[in-house]
Amino acid sequence: MASMEKDSVSGQMTTGHEWDGIKELNTPLPKWWVYVFWACVLWAIGYWVAMPAWPTPSGYTQGMLNYSSRANLDEEMKAQKAGRSQWVAKLQAATAEEIAKDKTLLNYALAGGKVAFGENCSACHGAGGVGVPGAYPRLADDEWIWGGTLADIEQTIKFGVRNAHPDSRQSEMLPFGTGDALAADQVSQLADYVLSLSSKTPAAGSPGEALFAERCAACHQEGGVGLKDLGAPALNNNIWLYKGGKDGIIAQMTKPKHGSMPAWTERLDAGTIKMLAVYVHSLGGGK
Amino acid sequence: MSIFKQHKHIETNVFFLAVGILLCVIVGGLVEVVPLFTIESTIEKVDGVRPYSPLEQAGRDIYVREGCYNCHSQMIRPFKDEVERYGHYSLAAESKYDHPFQWSSKRTGPDLARVGGKYTNDWHVRHMINPRDVVPESIMPGYPHLMRALDTSTIQGNMKALRVVGVPYTDAQIANAVKDLTEQASSDSPDAAVLKSYPKARMGDVDGDPKKVTEMDALVAYLQVLGTMVDFTKVKPEAIRR
Repeated sequence: MASMEKDSVSGQMTTGHEWDGIKELNTPLPKWWVYVFWACVLWAIGYWVAMPAWPTPSGYTQGMLNYSSRANLDEEMKAQKAGRSQWVAKLQAATAEEIAKDKTLLNYALAGGKVAFGENCSACHGAGGVGVPGAYPRLADDEWIWGGTLADIEQTIKFGVRNAHPDSRQSEMLPFGTGDALAADQVSQLADYVLSLSSKTPAAGSPGEALFAERCAACHQEGGVGLKDLGAPALNNNIWLYKGGKDGIIAQMTKPKHGSMPAWTERLDAGTIKMLAVYVHSLGGGK
Repeated sequence: MSIFKQHKHIETNVFFLAVGILLCVIVGGLVEVVPLFTIESTIEKVDGVRPYSPLEQAGRDIYVREGCYNCHSQMIRPFKDEVERYGHYSLAAESKYDHPFQWSSKRTGPDLARVGGKYTNDWHVRHMINPRDVVPESIMPGYPHLMRALDTSTIQGNMKALRVVGVPYTDAQIANAVKDLTEQASSDSPDAAVLKSYPKARMGDVDGDPKKVTEMDALVAYLQVLGTMVDFTKVKPEAIRR
């Protein structure tokens, strides 16, 4: 084995290894690199002592700082809740008129409501509450199936519609013309009358009017103004959840469709639900 | 000279070199493997987590087959913004019967760890057939082919295999797999037998045809149970800190 010697060109020592006359330099690492390396080693040892690090048979070494990301999160959430609580308390106590008057409170509720709506509600009701024709009601108008006051909206968000929650809003439209005494021509007459209601020129004295009074008015009310307590939509306008026109009306009459909405009280806190109610109320048609 | 000068003997002797390599691999392997023996202690003790019902398990297999994990995670991290958006952070216990777990890391779409109960069955079906019918800005592909019949012939074998890797399915649960699966996808009775084996299973036909169990029924049943098994109002925060 060749001996280590000083390389005349670079001035560094060689390792003593030599292959076919080529010698290997033993250039030392730069000083700064060596210091950083040892600093990192020291840091790692300190980290093991201070922070959770090594697995043990019963868990892991906790570290002297007692760090826990989950505990930190609990603290952060607590602080956030405390920061919001005064606003939430104000919102809970206020009526719709009071919120509308208090611009700061209103802006707070609208900002929070908009975010919560985007995450939780817009999947069905669309961005800004435009709804999905034939499936999910539009919230950005003044037509309300279950009522458009702030309290009504809050109730609907909390408990939902036709779900398993005991306080859920429940109603079911019965099928007409399939299995009951209504004949096909009567179904047609009824649909004609409902259509005339929506065009604001009710066909007075038509056979449909009598049928409507007998079969439909209990829920949809005389003149088709609807009944919010039963979730019976108004029929005297041109807003149709499922499908307008005579064929649409007949379809809903003979094979009624029923939408459903989850109860949000299990998922969102009361403050968020109130902000959502204020936001939805503000979309265009709050009563 | 010092011990560092002696490495020449190890490097130039094939026997010592082999022994040296073996020792290194053993140490490196132990460092990686030994912590896995303590993994039980990382699983939080919470009530409610149960094996998936046969229909949910079938739905989970469809979730994996369709590559949902390529865009959706199932892991709510303990960060304020994620907890605000999705709900309680995910626990290890909640995926202890997942083989493999679907935590994922790519978040093109929203996290699904707590999507159960968030939307109605009807919404899921519409959304799966064509996402843009309900969310115009969505870039998710449509999955209309899920309306085909579910192949139930493999579910028992599937459950048996899962039992081998630690999912505590009972003999009765495996024997009743197809019956439970059909019942969950067609009945919405609160007294259904499947609910006794698998509490909180989302009952009912979702695709509009109670007579036919489709892949859609299975996938929606799976999505609707995600994140709903643990009742966090009954969990003490201190008990699940890690």
